[in-house]
Parts: sequence; C-alpha cells; structure tokens
Amino acid sequence: MAKTIETVEAALSGPTPGQVLRGRIFGHRGLMFGGVVLAAICIVALLAPVLAPHDPYSQNLLARMQPPVWFDKGTWDHPLGTDHLGRDYLSRLIYGARISLLIGGVAALISGLIGTLMGVAAGYFGGKVDTVVTFIINVRLAMPVVLVALAVVAVFGGSLQVVILVLGLLLWDRFAVVMRSSTQQLRSMEYVNAARAIGCSTSRIVFSEIMPNIVNSLIVVVTLEMAHAILLEAALSFLGLGVQPPTPSWGLMVAEGKKMLLFEPWLIAIPGVALFVLVLVINLLGDGLRDVSAPENRN
Amino acid sequence: MDNILSVRDLRVDIPLAGGTLHAVRGLNFDLARGETLCIVGESGSGKSLTSLAIMGLLPKMAQRRADKLEFSGIDLSSAKNRQMRSLRGDRISMIFQEPMTSLNPAYTIGDQLTEALLLHRKVGRKAAEARAIELLEKVGITAAASRLEQYPHQLSGGLRQRVMIAMALMAEPDLIIADEPTTALDVTIQAQILRLLVDLQREMNMAMILITHDLGVVARVADKVAIMYAGEVIESGSSKDVFTAPQHPYTRGLLRCIPVPGKTKPGEHLGSIPGIVPSLIGKTQGCAFRGRCDVAIDACAHDIPERASVEGHLYRCVHDNSQTQFSASGEINTTSQSEGRL
Amino acid sequence: MIYTLKRLGLAILVALAVSMLSFTLLHLSGDPASAIAGESATDADIAAIRAFYGFDRPLIVQYADWLFSALRGDFGESYYFQLPVAQLIGDRLSITMTLGICGITFAILTAVPLGVAAAVRPNSMIDRVALFISVMGQAMPSFWFGLVLVVIFSIKFRLLPPSGTDGWQNFVMPTVVLGYYAMPAIMRLTRAGMLDVLSADYVRTARAKGASEMRVMFKHALRNAIIPVVSLSAVQMGFMLGGSIVVESIFALHGAGYLAWESIGRNDLPTVQALILIFALFYIVFTFLSDLLNAWLDPRMRVG
Repeated sequence: MAKTIETVEAALSGPTPGQVLRGRIFGHRGLMFGGVVLAAICIVALLAPVLAPHDPYSQNLLARMQPPVWFDKGTWDHPLGTDHLGRDYLSRLIYGARISLLIGGVAALISGLIGTLMGVAAGYFGGKVDTVVTFIINVRLAMPVVLVALAVVAVFGGSLQVVILVLGLLLWDRFAVVMRSSTQQLRSMEYVNAARAIGCSTSRIVFSEIMPNIVNSLIVVVTLEMAHAILLEAALSFLGLGVQPPTPSWGLMVAEGKKMLLFEPWLIAIPGVALFVLVLVINLLGDGLRDVSAPENRN
Repeated sequence: MDNILSVRDLRVDIPLAGGTLHAVRGLNFDLARGETLCIVGESGSGKSLTSLAIMGLLPKMAQRRADKLEFSGIDLSSAKNRQMRSLRGDRISMIFQEPMTSLNPAYTIGDQLTEALLLHRKVGRKAAEARAIELLEKVGITAAASRLEQYPHQLSGGLRQRVMIAMALMAEPDLIIADEPTTALDVTIQAQILRLLVDLQREMNMAMILITHDLGVVARVADKVAIMYAGEVIESGSSKDVFTAPQHPYTRGLLRCIPVPGKTKPGEHLGSIPGIVPSLIGKTQGCAFRGRCDVAIDACAHDIPERASVEGHLYRCVHDNSQTQFSASGEINTTSQSEGRL
Repeated sequence: MIYTLKRLGLAILVALAVSMLSFTLLHLSGDPASAIAGESATDADIAAIRAFYGFDRPLIVQYADWLFSALRGDFGESYYFQLPVAQLIGDRLSITMTLGICGITFAILTAVPLGVAAAVRPNSMIDRVALFISVMGQAMPSFWFGLVLVVIFSIKFRLLPPSGTDGWQNFVMPTVVLGYYAMPAIMRLTRAGMLDVLSADYVRTARAKGASEMRVMFKHALRNAIIPVVSLSAVQMGFMLGGSIVVESIFALHGAGYLAWESIGRNDLPTVQALILIFALFYIVFTFLSDLLNAWLDPRMRVG
C-alpha cells in the first residue's frame, strides 16, 4: 500500500500555487501584451521631456501641417509631421500620453476610493446603509454622464484639475456595485462569521478578512474605469469642453485635426490610434487579470 | 427472445491534454424487450457515459467506437444524426439524474411534455395534451390537467422527476434509459419513484437500462446486472447469479457494504473497499482493481481472462473464483479498514 | 403588483434626486444673470435680469418653482432662443429617439447572432472574430470611429452625407457608431449566457427528445440565454440616449444631444437643466421597462 501513498502524493505535489500563478500570467497572451505595452507607454510618458524631439507647445507657422515621414514630403525632423500651428505632432503625442494616463489614473483612484468605501459599507452593514447606498448608485446611474460632465466642466472651466475631479466624482458607480456584491458574498462566509464570533472589531474584519479577498475584482474594475475615464476625457476634450488648448490632449488633437479632415486625415488618425491602443492595452490587462485571478470564470 | 439492444465492445475515449482518457473500455451486453439491466458502479466508472453513448448524446470531444451497437435492427454506430434524432424521444427515451435542472425553466410542463410527441408523431396539440394528462395521471400526479399550465419552478423535485418520467414515456418507447433517476431526491421519495418506474416498465413491456450505484435497488428490480469498474464491466450476469454467487472481488466487496437486516449487528463496521479508482488516462493494462484488491497477485498486471462461472455469468479475474465461496459476513478479508481512509 | 409599485416609487425618487442634483450643480456657477446679460451690461441691467428670472431668491425656492413648473410640462424659456424649452426639445427629441432605436436595433442584430455563433463553437474562428470585434468596440473612441467612417464613406466613396438631418442616409453612420458602442456588452453577455445554457441539463433533455440542433439552439437555449440580454439592452438604450450627444455632434444631427451640446456652450441653463432631466428619465424608464420585461420573460420572476 505504500506505493499507493506515493502515487497519491505524486499526484498532489504538483507545482506550488506561486508557480501556477506565474505560469498563468506568463501563459496569458492578452495579459502579457497588455502589460508590456502599457508599461512601455508609461515609460514614454514619464520620459517625455527626454524623448520628445521638440517642445510640444512651440509653434512654427512656417512649418504648418507637414506630413509624417512616410509621406513623400515628410522629414525626419518631424517624424509624425506638424499640426495646423506647426507644432511637432510626435512631441504632442508623447506629452498627450501624460495627460491621458494622469487623468485615467487619478480619476480611477478618486472614483475607486469613493466607490469602494460605499460598496464595502453597503455590503458589510446591509440594512439601511445598503438601502441608502443603493439609492445613491441608482441616482448616479440615471445621470447622463457625458452631459453632466460637459455641463459641470463648462460651469467650472476646463482645467486639468476640474476634468479629473469631475470624472473621479462621476465614475465610481461600477466600483460601488462590484464591491457591494463581493462584500455581501464574503460577509456570509464562515471565516468572517468566525472572526466576528471571536470578537474582532469591524475595521479589523473589513481590512484583514474582506479587503484581501475583494482586491482582485477591485484591480479589474480599476483597469476598466481607467479606460473609461481616458475615453471620456478624450470625448469631452473633443467636444471642446474638456481640457483646453494648447494642452496636448489626444481628444483635443482629434478635434483640431477634424477641421483638416478632408485633406489631412492622418491628423486625426494618429491621436485616434494612440487612444485606441492605450485603451485596448488597459482593457486587455484587465481582462487578463480577471482570467488569471479567477480562471474558473473564464469565457 | 429477440434482443432489442445489442452492444459489443463499446468504447468511449476522451482526448485530454494529458493523454486520452479511456472512459468506457469494451462493454458487451444484450437486452430484450421487457427486461431490466442494471449498470452498477462508482462515480467515474463510465456508467453515465455508456448511456449517453447509446443515446448518441456524448459530449462533442468524446469519441465512441463499437464493434456492434444495434437497436432493434438499426446500427446506431453508423446512424446519421437525422436518424438518431428520429429515434430519440420516440423509440429510445432517457430519464436524467437531476430533475431540478432537467426541465426548461422557460416553458410550461405541458409544452415540454408534448414536445416529443409533436416532433415525432403526426398528432395535433389537443391529442398530445390529452396523452400528457393521461401520463401525468399514470405517474401519480394529481390535478393533471391544471399542471400543464405550470412552470417547472412551481413543482417540487419529486414532482419534477415524475414529470420527467411521464415525458420519457410520451411516445411509448421500446427502450428507456434511466440514469440514476432517484439520487437527487429525498430518501423517502426515492423508493416511490423507483417503484413507479419499474411498474410502468413492466406494464408497457419496455426494455430498461437503470444506472445506479445503489445495490439495494438493483436486487429488487434487475433482471440482469453489469458491475462496472474503471470503465469496464468486471462482472455481469443474471441478477440472481450475481447476488447469490458474486465472483469478482470488487463485487464481493460491494455486497459487503450493504447492511443485511438481521445479520449486520448494531455497531458493527460495514465493509469498505480501500483505495481510489486508478486514473484511466493513457494505456491501462491488467486489472484496474488490483491496487485495491486483497487477493491481487503479479499476474493481475497482465491481460485478464474473462471467465464464466455458469452460463451467462461472466467476470474478469485472474483467479477462478467459482471455487471459493462467498459469505456476506465478509470472512475473505476485512483487515484493510484503515487504508480505506487514504 | 406591490413589487411594481415599489419600483415605480423608487424610480420617481431617483428622478427627483437627479433633477435636484443637477439643478444645484448648474446654479453653483456663480451668477447666471451676468452670463445672460453679456459683458457690456451695466450693474443695473444685471440686477434687473436677476429680479426678472428670480435668481435673487434662495436656491431651494428656485428649485421648487422649477420643479412644479416642470411637472406641468413647463421647463421655462430658453435664454438663447427666447422660446419655451419644452417646445424646443420636443422637435429634437424625436430625432434622438429615432437614432437610439436604430442604434439599439443595430447593436442587437449584430451582437446576438455573433454571440450565439461564438458560443456554439467556442475558440473557433468565429469566436475569435467576435471577440476581436468586441475588444475593438470597447477600445475605440466613438467620436474617432465616427470621423473614420466620415473619411471612408463620405470623403473617399461619397456614399453617405457627412452631416445634417435631411434623410435616412444621415442616420446610417450615427446608427453604426452608436450601435457599436452598445454592441460589445450585449455580445459578451449573449455568448456567456449561451455557453452557460448550452451545458444546462434541460438542453440535454431537449436533445434526448430528438429535437433538431436548430430547435435546441433557438427554442430551448436562446430563449433562456436571451433573458438577461433583453434587460441589458433596455439599460444600454438608456445609456445610449445619454451618449448620443457625442454622436450627434460629430454628424451635426440636430437632435436633443446636439441641442444639449450647443446649449452648454451658450450657457443656456433652462435648456441644459431640462435635457439632463429628460435623459435621466429615459434611463429610469428603460431600466423600469427592463425589470418588467424580465418578469415577463422569466416565469420564475413572475409572482403568483
């Protein structure tokens, strides 16, 4: 019978959980691609002053709308050409990554804080707290985001801070919804009951029993909302009521290029593709993280 | 007696990442009209896959092969999808294990009962509903006419399984396959449902394959018994032969697990079979039970002969066990209790 | 019935809260009177305007006043057009509604078949294509997608008008852009739902009855998988109408969204105020409808 025990042990002693997780992360193409490209974009944004060939604000009216280098008249001096004011398009694109990442990141942070707080409170305490939070979530969902954001930015002026704050204060709904249901599920778990039974304080239960178990879904929502905030900022700026010129926001660049749509379509193609790629890799990262943290929920 | 179902060397393979899983390995049996065959085995022994293989409802990735798979003169192994469809629900029916989830929540009982009849026969809605009411009454459901308008979630588990049975009988099939029809039900209801099923089978003179792991049930209803272990039938024969003179050590072990009224003393340990079922991935040779068998010898790792103790009572074992007598008190061996908890 | 009434009461409360919130936000902007009067106005002019519009009253009084008028269908007068807001919006709303209905129809007609096909053959070519389309849809800024369509279909091939509200041709590209925005979520839910349902026991039961694959797929599986999709679509419809502002502004489609965009630029508070409430009401009505639809489609949700 010793042999049986050996075979059972051999069957059980597979790779360690850490190895399994690493295997899943590196084996997930979407996650790897998303992570690597996003990291690259972050590095480019951080090193913008070093990498950008020109000052993104300096105008040169003699060199307006030069085409990118792959067109006949393009030069390596301006690899992606220049815009209608003769500003270097590549430099504006690189600095624009800063704006998008900053807005996406900070807005997701603010909304994450608000939403998580509300969701965990509602899920943990239930009862009246839950009723109130659910009502607030419903009110928030009923507000037309784009319209309200536009109106509020119009009232307070389109500075970077205002845009970030408005988006942060508007986009917390998904955090609240997801965190509420995750916390509800956890609250009825045996180990949470056990912690309560041995007299742990509420804050201790929330921080050491609940938070570690919802952090996975939290990270996934962070990526989703970051992408959402980036797209919304671009839309607001495109409509002329977000970040104001001459800030190099990608949405604004598309709006400015729109006037030259007929003759110079690359002016909108370049920032548009940049936006698309950034949002795509963030989404891929989020989807990948969800697959890796809960492979049983795949599909 | 003419066989309605004849199976020779039925195999089901499932290709997996780690190799091919040989889930059913060479099954043989014959079944005549009016007969009940009980297939007995633990979870994972391949008994459910066997029933799905006959129905042609195996999961897509599973591969079925058989030397012969013949249902009343029709070769099922070469039958086209269309032909299989015309048999299913008409001449072969199946009752599944999970009454709670086997009914479609979006349609009424009436819709679901009449579906098979409307699909296979040229009957009108009215006639189909009349037949449905008749069968609901037959399976012991009161106020049958009003049930037709109800949805599955409005019925209890026992009622739903009765509906499932009525559904399987709508077209008066020649063969009915019941895959553990009572496991999901309360113990008190299990016996009723089983009784009902067996009565109807006799009344309609159908052939039935009853899949179960409950030997008590088998003893009461089976004409023939096939004991499956790790994808193989290790012992088969008439119910009487198998129960009175079990030949395979596994069968003997199983029978020791049943308490016998009057013989099993209070507080006494029932038998148990130590060990776990071996993996069926890759090539398996020899007796799959040898790792758990008390009388295993080196020869068990090689090909096992199929022996017959009496006409029609077959078993696969290196030992010629027909000489050693079996006793229900379990004197062959009960020493390895502790290893049962491996 | 009680459930429905409760939902209705909640919906009304939500609508009230939204209107109160947006009213407060918009009136925090300092002095609307000076905005109306313009830069060359004297202090006396501004004071007169303030008194005329009642801006000197407490905010809560102004809100109550606005609310009770709004309940009678009177949303005040547009500062810019000098016309009743209700009349102004009424004309534009039908365009936005048309766009919304076309958009959601387009989304459902593409998303549901694609989701079903993807679920029937997971990891096949069609599944990958469906996944690709949905990932693209989620990452593509809709205003940019609109411009790309304009470049291709209006400038290059001259097939469709780039802007305006003259005929059905004007609605083609906006419909695609708006529909593509709602499509990924619907497709993913259809796929996940179908995958779930196709492995359900009752689908096996249907096959055991001898039902054809088509019948199994559409009568037994899709009927169950579609329930959450229907309610999602209703909710998406509410979101889409709110999001139509971007699409309408790209294509200069003179609907309610376009009006909202213009009015925000013109500081036309009564119009903006009314539009926020109306778009919120759309969302509330559609979520309410989705609940009712759900109960109608899913027998388990029906009480009694």
